[in-house]
Amino acid sequence: MTEHSDFDQISGRTTTGHEWDGIKELNTPLPRWWVITFYLCIVWAFGYWIVYPAWPLVSGYTSGVLHYSSRADLAVELANLEKIRGDKMVALGAASLADIEKDPALLALARARGKTVFGDNCAPCHGSGAAGAKGFPNLNDDDWLWGGTLEQIMQTIQFGARSGHAKSHEGQMLAFGKDGTLKKEEIVTVANYVRSLSGLPTRPGYDAAAGAKIFADNCTVCHGDAGKGNQEVGAPNLTDKIWLYGSDEATIIETVTNGRAGVMPAWVGRLDPSTIKAMAVYVHSLGGGK
Amino acid sequence: MNKPVLPTEMEYDDNGPLYVAQKKVYPQSVSGTFRRIKWGLMAFCLGVYYLLPFVRWNRGLGAPSQAVLIDLPNSRFYFFFIELWPQEVYYFTGLLIVAALTLFLMNSMGGRIWCGYLCPQTVWTDLFYAVERLIEGDRRERMRKDAARGTLKLERFAEITLKHSIWLMIAWWTGGAWVLYFNDAPTLVKQLVTFQAPMLAYIWIGILTATTYVLAGFLREQVCVYMCPWPRIQAALTDEWALNVTYKYDRGEKRTSLKKAIELRAHGETAGDCIDCYQCVAVCPTGIDIRNGPQLDCIQCGLCIDACDTVMKKIGRETRLIGYDNDINIHRRQAGKPPVYRLVRPRTIVYSAMIAAVGAVMLYAMLTRSLLDVNVLHDRNPVAVRLSDGSVRNAFTVRLLNKRGFDRVIAIDVDGPANVTVHVVGVDSVTPDRPMIILARDTTTELRVLVTAPLEENAEKSIPVKFRVTDIGLGEVASATDHFVTP
Repeated sequence: MTEHSDFDQISGRTTTGHEWDGIKELNTPLPRWWVITFYLCIVWAFGYWIVYPAWPLVSGYTSGVLHYSSRADLAVELANLEKIRGDKMVALGAASLADIEKDPALLALARARGKTVFGDNCAPCHGSGAAGAKGFPNLNDDDWLWGGTLEQIMQTIQFGARSGHAKSHEGQMLAFGKDGTLKKEEIVTVANYVRSLSGLPTRPGYDAAAGAKIFADNCTVCHGDAGKGNQEVGAPNLTDKIWLYGSDEATIIETVTNGRAGVMPAWVGRLDPSTIKAMAVYVHSLGGGK
Repeated sequence: MNKPVLPTEMEYDDNGPLYVAQKKVYPQSVSGTFRRIKWGLMAFCLGVYYLLPFVRWNRGLGAPSQAVLIDLPNSRFYFFFIELWPQEVYYFTGLLIVAALTLFLMNSMGGRIWCGYLCPQTVWTDLFYAVERLIEGDRRERMRKDAARGTLKLERFAEITLKHSIWLMIAWWTGGAWVLYFNDAPTLVKQLVTFQAPMLAYIWIGILTATTYVLAGFLREQVCVYMCPWPRIQAALTDEWALNVTYKYDRGEKRTSLKKAIELRAHGETAGDCIDCYQCVAVCPTGIDIRNGPQLDCIQCGLCIDACDTVMKKIGRETRLIGYDNDINIHRRQAGKPPVYRLVRPRTIVYSAMIAAVGAVMLYAMLTRSLLDVNVLHDRNPVAVRLSDGSVRNAFTVRLLNKRGFDRVIAIDVDGPANVTVHVVGVDSVTPDRPMIILARDTTTELRVLVTAPLEENAEKSIPVKFRVTDIGLGEVASATDHFVTP
């Protein structure tokens, strides 16, 4: 402890000896308990360094004797969560798709699980509410490219469409214009014919008979004689009100000219079977399921 | 006029202690009307508290059979024939309002009836004093024994040990009874005895044992004087007509010893009835002198009335020198008029009317409350879906509540746009136009309901839609409204 000999006459107290322009600093010692607490805190800090991760090193850090890590805590929590979910997810995996929908408890579980996983994995393309976007199907409606039964939905989720997986759905809209199969005027004509299939107005002076002929020669292989589509090859129904890319003339012309081949990735191997099952039930329950 | 005081001349009391030390109170035993009332109320209150969890009530299979039960894990509160769900806590609000108004009414009629007779602090402190008196003797003996603290003999040590053991047992039983309200009582008692009860039960018993032991054994009147806000509040709720425990100074003053009073009265001079025997002080559980007038520390338990009456009977004077009275009557008697008691007056009438009104509202709400309910939440994303045939579909999350103790068959109808069809996900109803589901007892069920309507492109953007759920058996109906939206 420093001895303070300088005495301030006015206050009757010693000063620290520091002086600024004639103003001196009174010596005001801290309370004993404060000082003790302060020193204890320093001791505590040393203990902390030893017990917990504290100092950065060149590659890494001192891990402390407890080897505490919040990431490890998280891993434990997640493992516990899986354990808690375990039995229920096993029950989900064991039940058939149809039975899951019939059992209120399993349905609720599948929908809850499905919704979460959908948000993590599917929402970037299909939207968080599965309402889709141009080129990405709306999963709430009743129009399905590859089929809307529980089994078909699960099939599509597992293996995708044009995903490269061996069991993937295959088939695509050909680029009739780019490939030179159809001339520009023919494409305009067939586009108007396609519009007429679902009752949309056609361009004045368009030749319906010619359109029907071009359609019959080129499109019916996949889309069917009546244009009702074919889920085996993912050919959409052209007679309904739902259009994946748009129903205006320009869009249809673009589709016929350049073709379309949207990709749905395969999720088998990336998500476990019971989760895929839950997602199939979730998508089916959105409203459009057959 | 007071002369202003310079700061340098002000007197400061720097040397006194920071707080006042507790003066230990040694209430003397007493007998009389109010003591009997207090014993009776204590027996009643403690009896209800300790035994109520064991009362059974048949609610059918699968439901708890305890008459009063707060079932936290399942979020249910049972009170005999009433079962409340968490969203119905407003009944407790009503109950609290009635309780507060009743407290006000009691206050405006008979002062601190709550403090003196019914407050748990009073009841348990009274019980602890009874134990203390039984083991250590009455006031004088206890004072003598405490004074001789330095020379602790084995006998005294045994006495103290016994007292604290009994106190702790009462306290433990108090905590024990508390946890029984949150669990099936007989089961929990068995578990507690065999040390298989959940840790939480032991922790709560420990906490409440500690609070009971400390509050009733040590803090006692300190709780009433320093901790409790009620003595402060009640002063605002009393008025000049309220009957409070009062020393009738018109009769008592001037205090004179018995002999001197006889002498004075023989000479035709006046002498008060109070003989300054300090019995009212000796029996007081908060250690005050009621003759100083109404005061914050007085819990108005009426024991000084009993003490004074005993003395007055002994010396052949009229009883109730201390009694339930007010200043108005003291002044009337001093003026030679008869006392007036007005229990019915605007204040008490208003309180009674308010109690009746709140009670009636609660009763009405309770009797007409719906035991079947429905809540509807419209899908937000997407709000509407156009189907391949051009019709529009809206999806709703419908939550059904069945507050009855049995399963029910519920039909769901939707009134809204023309020709709507309704589908409940996961339910293949035998009646496709009117989906029916089985709603499990005492639970809520969430359904995903798809409502489809054949709407033109130019249909209204938003059409009101009403969900009606009907109990097929009882005919009970509940409904909720929302909107049907077009894309």
